[in-house]
Amino acid sequence: MTSRTRPARNFLQRISLAPRASWLGAGALLCALATQAAVLPEDRADIMYHRYSGGGITVEGPSVLVRKSIGESFSATANYYVDAITSASVDVVVSGASQYTENREQKSIGLDYLHGKSMWSAFYLTSSENDYKANTWSLGVSQDMFGDLTTVSFGYSQGHDKIGDSTDPTFRDEIDRRNYRFGLTQILTRNSLMSFNFETVTEQGYLQNPYRFMRYVNLSGTYTLAPETFPRTRTSSAGSIRYKHYLPWRASAEGQYRFYSDTWGIQAHTAGIEYTHPLKDGRWTLNGSYRFYTQNGADFFSDLFPYQDAQNFMARDKETSPLTGHTLGFGASYEFPVAFASWLKRGTANLHLSRMMIDYKEFRDLRGLPPGTVPPGTEPLYALDANVVQFFLSFWF
Amino acid sequence: MSKTIHSLRVLLVAALVSVPALAVAPQGPAPQFRLESMGGKPVALEQLKGQVVMINFWASWCGPCRQEMPLLEKLYAKYKPMGFTMLGINVEPDSTLAAGFLQKTPVTFPILFDTKSEVSKLYEVAGMPSTAIIDRKGNLRWVHRGYKPGDENEYLNQIRALVRE
Amino acid sequence: MKGAVRILLLLSGAATVLAASGCKPIEPWVKPYERERLADPVMAMDPDPVSSSYMDHVYEVREGARGATGGAGGGCGCN
Repeated sequence: MTSRTRPARNFLQRISLAPRASWLGAGALLCALATQAAVLPEDRADIMYHRYSGGGITVEGPSVLVRKSIGESFSATANYYVDAITSASVDVVVSGASQYTENREQKSIGLDYLHGKSMWSAFYLTSSENDYKANTWSLGVSQDMFGDLTTVSFGYSQGHDKIGDSTDPTFRDEIDRRNYRFGLTQILTRNSLMSFNFETVTEQGYLQNPYRFMRYVNLSGTYTLAPETFPRTRTSSAGSIRYKHYLPWRASAEGQYRFYSDTWGIQAHTAGIEYTHPLKDGRWTLNGSYRFYTQNGADFFSDLFPYQDAQNFMARDKETSPLTGHTLGFGASYEFPVAFASWLKRGTANLHLSRMMIDYKEFRDLRGLPPGTVPPGTEPLYALDANVVQFFLSFWF
Repeated sequence: MSKTIHSLRVLLVAALVSVPALAVAPQGPAPQFRLESMGGKPVALEQLKGQVVMINFWASWCGPCRQEMPLLEKLYAKYKPMGFTMLGINVEPDSTLAAGFLQKTPVTFPILFDTKSEVSKLYEVAGMPSTAIIDRKGNLRWVHRGYKPGDENEYLNQIRALVRE
Repeated sequence: MKGAVRILLLLSGAATVLAASGCKPIEPWVKPYERERLADPVMAMDPDPVSSSYMDHVYEVREGARGATGGAGGGCGCN
């Protein structure tokens, strides 16, 4: 793909929080929806308010999820989700653009069919913001075996995204994407179980963010911003393991690890622990978690390229840079009395708070440091702290 | 990659076409047992010879078990006058959970507590819930594994046949 | 990496066929009536899908890695 020069004033008007991630809800939601293969999942409705705030970006909105069984063999699910974005992120500010606001709307529906010890699932997700439209279809099957101690599952997703650029009406491109998933959950003892998950994603098309930019050392010895050039294909594989253990005082502890590797040269390790503790009053449940994430950078990433057109592929996108992140989470859930409504089996009010702390190892913070102020490459490294709030009500009926 | 996926799909469909039968007809006398009951007095299977006995292994944590309970109550009420009895054997080590469930969904048939899983092992319980139907002579005639709405019609037919003996 | 994926998927497919055909039944070492702890909500792999899918989304936006976040199975093992 040839680099396109753009007039400086149009450079990077805004960043969309999730141009690449619009479809990701599909995979995550599908995996989250397939619970046990021998009984249909419970009927429930969840109404959530979510808010992410950090690094100059605030994204908030509702998520409403409803699951209802139809007859004895089918269970249908639907989700409506909105990200209302206000962004003055490091990428927006450095480009010279002003703060922007945007809405991303996501809708999905799914159907599960239970037959004996098999659960077949179909799922469709569509996401739309003014410069990015994503559609994903998913199919899955889950099978209980070996005396219901083992559950094996397979999943396939196919997605198609249409990308635009709000600063350039002539820009149009696409992404085609396929996901292949395999999962195996094994009950180990009366008190413990373990889950393995494996997923390969392969994409082709326009895989970069049209609003980001890279920089190179110019002939004056300062830096010049220029468009990034990414490869038009990407294949990644990830394998994870989760272990959950029942503690004798009625609590649970979970550990997880994931290894990730892709054809862009990014390798990542994710590790986390979680502890869930219901209080003796039978109403409150507390939850605490810690997650560690580290990745190296893409082969074609550099915060500062030595000169113009130094490589075929050049990226300065901070999400493809070497970084390490820590997330601390705390949650509280209150089961409220439901005697007032006979159709309600159970209801909970939940609050989850997370704090994400990300350190970028090579990506530098250029805010307030336009070309010529300091020698390029000596700017401070960027760090991001974000607070995530989830407040939701859950009803089982 | 697509060829592999295709062959996997074929394998999967072939494997899943046959669903194992859920009702088994074994032969022979039903294993004897004696368990504490919620009513207070212990109940032994021997005492019930001459009646058609239906044993339902259940737990408060088991969704299909909870779903089945009101239907078992109906069966009990209908056939009790004809020499039929139902025993609800709760398999949980902690009996208070069963009591808690029964407060909200009471039944009139005897509830027995198999807290050490001895009777579950004796009857080779292979799924939750499990239902065993024993004839007037004390022979084990039918074993059902699991519960799906509609199964109660099978129970009806089997009980009806056995009470006529 | 692609070859390994293919082999893994084929093996899992074969395992599925064997198990479903009951070719060599393995006695479960956790009996159906011994699953009270595994059926406890505290042991659910994904108790709040609306929350887990949201957090997966947040992480995928901020990070380069994606995938393998699911977990199905466990629970009561009824029916």
